Formats: sequence, C-alpha cells, structure tokens
Amino acid sequence: MKDKKSILGKITASREASLMIVLIILCFVIQMRNSSFLTPSSIGEMLKNNAVIMVMTLGMLNVLLLGGIDISIASTLALSGMSVGMLIKRGIVTNTFLCFMIAILIGAVCGAIVGLTISKGRVLPIIATMGFMYIFRGAAYMVSSDEWAGADALGSFKDFALNSVLGINNIIWIVIVCYAIFFIVMKWTKVGRMVYAVGSNREATMISGIRADRVEFFVYLIMGILSGLAGAMAVTVYASAQPNMMYAKEMDVIAACVIGGVSTTGGRGSVGGALIGALIIAIIAKALPLVGIDAIAQNTVKGLIILVVIVLNVVTQRTMDKNVLKGREM
Amino acid sequence: MSEYILELQGITKIFPGVKALDNVHFQLKRGEVHALMGENGAGKSTFIKVITGVHKPEFGKMFLEGKEVKFKTPKDAQESGIAAVYQHPTSYPHLSVAENIFKGHEPMKGPMIDWKKMNRDADALLQQLNADFKSVAEMGTLSVAQQQMVEIAKALSTNARIIILDEPTASLTKRESEELYKIVDKLKESGVSVIFISHRFEDMYRLASRVTVFRDSQYIGTYNVDEITNNDLIKAMVGREIKDLYPKPEVEIGPELLRVEGLSRTGYFKDISFNVRAGEIVGFTGLVGAGRTEVMESICGITKADAGKVFLEGKELKAKSPQDASKNGIILLPEDRQKQGLIMDWSLGRNVTLPVIGKYAKYGFNNEEAEREVSKELLESVDTKAVSIFDKVNTLSGGNQQKVVVAKALAQDIKVVIMDEPTKGVDVGAKAEIYQIMGELAKQGYAVIMVSSEMPEILGMSDRIIVMCNGKMTGELLCHEASQEGILELAMEKHNGGNNS
Repeated sequence: MKDKKSILGKITASREASLMIVLIILCFVIQMRNSSFLTPSSIGEMLKNNAVIMVMTLGMLNVLLLGGIDISIASTLALSGMSVGMLIKRGIVTNTFLCFMIAILIGAVCGAIVGLTISKGRVLPIIATMGFMYIFRGAAYMVSSDEWAGADALGSFKDFALNSVLGINNIIWIVIVCYAIFFIVMKWTKVGRMVYAVGSNREATMISGIRADRVEFFVYLIMGILSGLAGAMAVTVYASAQPNMMYAKEMDVIAACVIGGVSTTGGRGSVGGALIGALIIAIIAKALPLVGIDAIAQNTVKGLIILVVIVLNVVTQRTMDKNVLKGREM
Repeated sequence: MSEYILELQGITKIFPGVKALDNVHFQLKRGEVHALMGENGAGKSTFIKVITGVHKPEFGKMFLEGKEVKFKTPKDAQESGIAAVYQHPTSYPHLSVAENIFKGHEPMKGPMIDWKKMNRDADALLQQLNADFKSVAEMGTLSVAQQQMVEIAKALSTNARIIILDEPTASLTKRESEELYKIVDKLKESGVSVIFISHRFEDMYRLASRVTVFRDSQYIGTYNVDEITNNDLIKAMVGREIKDLYPKPEVEIGPELLRVEGLSRTGYFKDISFNVRAGEIVGFTGLVGAGRTEVMESICGITKADAGKVFLEGKELKAKSPQDASKNGIILLPEDRQKQGLIMDWSLGRNVTLPVIGKYAKYGFNNEEAEREVSKELLESVDTKAVSIFDKVNTLSGGNQQKVVVAKALAQDIKVVIMDEPTKGVDVGAKAEIYQIMGELAKQGYAVIMVSSEMPEILGMSDRIIVMCNGKMTGELLCHEASQEGILELAMEKHNGGNNS
C-alpha cells in the first residue's frame, strides 16, 4: 500500500486534476472553433463578467460543505446592489469604498438572519432560504420603488469596474483576493477545519466539543457577506442596479460548486475545485455564443455539460473510494 | 429428500480488513429450532446475512432441500422461503399493520390493492399468533414485542419455511419473551424451521433442540442442547479462561471525582445517584433500553436532565453542552463510533486532534506539526495498528477505530472517561487490548465509567457495578459480590413487577 501511484492513478484519484483536464479540453475545443477565445482581453472580460458568480461560489462552497444550501443569495445580492444603486442615485453616498462597505453590511445582516434561522431556529436550509429568497427580492423591489439606477445615475461608482491596478481589472483583483483568503482559511486555519468537521459528521464534532451551531451561523453569515459584496460588484460591472438583477443566478453558483466536486451532502470539496467549477461555468457562458450555438439552445447545452461533468465527478469519487478500500489492511 | 432443509458448507466471507466467516458449517433439520450462539463479533450476523442473500460468500456452498442455491439478492432468499426477523424491527411506522405485513406482495385486485383481502388475511395471521391487536393499527403505536409479532406474521405471509430470529428477546420483557416462546413453539408445530440467535441461555434451553457455536468467525461445533452443560458451552463460545481477557490492574482508589445526585429525565430515567472515584472503574449495566446511555448523555450535556445535580470534584457542574462537559474533563466515548465518535473519511491524526485544534492553533492558523506529534504519540500510546497517522479512519478495523477514539479522548484534559459499549463490534483480540487500555486509564487516576451489556466484561473489569432497569437504578454491587445471575435479576426485577409501559 505504500507503492507509489502511477501518474494515471494520481490523476484519476484527484478530483481537481480530472476537472482540470475537463477545463483544458473545453478551452482547447473552443479555441479550435474560434481563435479569439484565448486572448488576454477576452479572458479578462470573461472573468469580469463572471466575477459575481465566482465570489459567491466561495460562500456556497462553505454552505454545501456543511450539507446545507442557500438559494436566497441572488436576492441578497439584489437587495444590497439595489440599495447601493439608490443611495448613489439619490446622491446620499458617493464614495466607492463606502458603497462597498454598505453593500457588505447589508449582506452581513441578511446572512446573519438566514444563519440564525437555520442554526438556532433549526429550520431546514432549503426551506429557510426559500423564504428569504422571496423576502430579500421583495425588499429589493421596495428599495427600488419602481425605479432603477442606470449608468448615468451611478456616477463614478461604475468606473471602478473599468479601472485596473497593475494591468488587472479591479473586479478581478477582488476575485483573486477572495480566493486567496478562502484558500488559506479552508486549508490552514481552525475555522476551515471546523467547517469540514461539522459537514463530515455533525454529531461527532459536537461530542468532540465544537459548537456546530456557531460554525453553521458563521458560514451563512459569510455567505451573506459575499452576496452583499457581489451586489456592489454587479452594480459596477453592469453599470446598472435593477431589482431583478441576477435573477435565479443562485443556481449557477450551486452548479459551479457541484461541478467543482463539492458534495451536496457535506464534508467534501475544496476551494480549488470550486474555482475550477466556477471557471467552467464562466467558460460555458462565454464560449457557447463564440462557437455558434444559438441563444435558445444555450441553456440546454449548459445543462448537458453540467451533467457530463458531474457524471465524471461521480466516477472519480468511486475510483477514490475503491482505492481506499484496496488500501485496507488485510 | 435430504434430512436437512438447509445446509451450508465451508462458507468464507471476507470483508476488507477482516475475515468475517472462516470455513463455517451449518445444518438445519426440518422443523427444528436451532440456536446459534457466540460472542458479539463471532460472525453470527454475517452468517445470517449470507443465508438471507445480503452478503455473497467468497467460498462455500449452500443447499436448500438438498439442492445447491446461490442467492444474488435478499429477494432470492425470500422467494425460496427464507425470512429473517431482526432485533429492531425494520418497519414502516406510519403504515398500518396489514400494510407492513404485505409490503411488497400486497394482494391485488386488478391494478389496485385489495384492501379488504389484505386486512382479512393479516387478521388471520395475527390471530394465528394470538396477537392482541388488529391489522388496521398503526405500526408505530405498537410495542417492540408487538412489532416483532408483525415481522413474524410478515414472514408467514410469504410462506417462509425457514424463519431466522435475530436476538428476538433482547429488547423484550420476561413476559413478552414467554409470549414469543409460545409463538416459536407454534411455528415449530406447523413445520417451519427456526434459526434462533440469542445471548440468553434461558432462550436456548427453552426452545432449541440443537445449538451451533461460532467463535472468532469460525465454526466451533454443533451440540444437542440436552447433552451440553452450561460451562462447556461458555468454553466453546469464549474459548479461553476469562482471567486472560480481563487484565484488571491493582489500583489504589483515590478521592471522589464525579458524583451524581437524583438525576432525572422524564421518560428516560429517574432518580439516578452514584459516584465514581479516581482510579475506579464503575460498570453500568442493564438490558437494552434501560436508560444507561441516556444517563451518560445527560451527564455530558448532550441532553438536558429535568432534575438532579452533577458534581465534579465536589463542585456542581452544569453542563449545558458537550463542550461544557469536555472543557471540565468529562469525556464520552460514544457507543456508535462511526456516527458519534469519528469522522470516518478523515485521517487518524486529524480525528485525534479535532477536540483540541484550538489549543494548538496560533492566530487561528493550525499548527499541523504540533498536532501530528501529539496524535502520533497518543496513537502509539494506545497501540493503534495503522501504517501512518495519515491513514483514513475508515480503513481501520473496529478495534483500532476504538483506539483512535480513546486517543482522541486522551488529547484532552480528562478526569472522567465514560466508555459506552467500548467493545461493541470489536473482535476478541482487540477487546483484550481495549480492556488493557481501560485498566491503564484507571491506573493513571482517571475515573472510568463503562456502560456495557456484556456481562463478562462488566464482571471482569468493574470495581463496582450499577444495574439499571426501566430507567431506574435497581442495584449497586461490589465486584466480588456480583454474579451473572444476580445482575440479571436486578436488570429484570421491575419487569416482573408488571410496570412496563
């Protein structure tokens, strides 16, 4: 059992590696069909357009690691984005940094309410977040009071997504920083370990003296904060704030996680996997028009690709489990 | 026609890591009641699962009425007339008795279920078993004994010729057991062959004509019940002097560490008072469902007691959560290791340090090096057999998993260790090692509470024995004044009083 694994064995045994291959093949095929795909500006554009999904994927990773789910995130995003949009339109706040802080705060409040309902109220995550999905979306409409904030109303705030630092767009910097923080936290910190522990076996973790309910609250809080941040990001990227923004996009976020090998029953998944999953979602969204697939057929193709990747995931997982069994002492 | 309705030859079943059955034989005569005995982990359950088609053996043959059969699925076995009734009935609690009996083979009228016929047939079966409830009753409202009756009725409804009863009396009161004996007698009269698994000698003497003994996954022998003495049977089952198995060290008993006064939780236990001193091993025993585990869970703050106090080193401890208890040094080693004790797809090392990550982490960052050292040291101190601390726990055998649980407890600052069924599902060799560790813990001055249903280990390891029955303490015995019979009497005392709800 100490034998070194073959390279093929290693690849089939690591989910991230097999996903990486899917990603490369996907890029390769698209590049063959349309050579404008893999250019720096095209990639930058793609990342910027999917930054919102990518950031929220990190929060969803944590939620799914606990075996939960949060379908209220697109509504939280709309509420925070709409609030920021209206504040700017009315000229109450103009400072970009302050706008981001307000968005994050709104997200944090939403996340805390969701977290309390689930961790203290012991309401099923799917039910609780379904309720909040309607509530927060409705609140976004109330904030908008039948108006929306367009590009000219948004003033300097929309410039944030146009400017870059060190040649990299501000929005992409946010994504990079978020992923770096989460990579470190999930891999090397106590909090990260606790999330995995609660998700793997809540009962055993509680008996081990860890407050599972606090971990759960914390995870939904983080999910809310990221959704709030994503709200501000969406407003500046698309240069508009509308109450129906990113409607139903929580499914793309969940799909990114699932494609990235995050188990919906908890305990399994990584930041690396989530990143690849989010990238695959981004590429699908970007590439389908590029390779000439009709807009009407795009969702169908997207669904097919998701299913194929997930089947691949399951196969990889089974191989891994089998390897574990083979490794058992006899 | 063959003399035997069922015959198994040279059955070997290998699970990853263990040989669960090693060249096992078995012969069942037509219309006989055959007891199957052996210690926990001797392979009885696996053997039953081979007969019922749940497990496929690696080697060996199985003959039904002299013809070789190979069951691919439990359904094959069912269709061949083999039915099993398990200790914990596997029923649908929200469906009616009749639906439970005919689940999967409902009488049909065209595409629709023939409810009238189903209820009528179910009532007929129940009457045959002298049941005191009707087919329209909801399954969940029945007692365990009644649910078992439904399971037996279900077996009969499939025209089973061989019925396997897996520890049917384990959760029954004495009177309910008598009822069951009568049912088994009836089955025998009607020509059904019965395989009966039980830990109770009483059951065996009352019912069986022959008994087959397994030990350590091997076939030991088949004996006529009237020809074998109790002692010979125990020797066949255990296979060694009990002294070797229980290495209880001489320990000087220190001051009182834990005192429980009048602890009660409505519906589970009432008025529990006892104390445990440093270096002492206190055994908690009783029948399944007597409330032992529930008492321990309340002490550890997993559930809340309604009344009563817990004192740790003389100071009252109000544990509201397992965190409170473990912070103060009361550690529970849960009965269900896989569900409550360990994270199965984590490495050994990670499991050991899970309760103490906070202790080693600096600024929230885990100190993996320190964790590795600690877990390595602790795992070695309890002699865990694994290649490295990076191995996943689910690659280990039950005994080694238990050692990881112990190492995990040792990683914390402990005073009181509560071990709930510490040797459940562990083979005999590993059992002795766990007893060794338990002795070590006592020697190091910890107070040890062992909850166990296994009489030999209670008698072999405890300084004091507390017996519970129906949620109440019915006796407290010193080790040398305790006997198996004495304990059993206490464990069942109240049942005879007729107050079983």
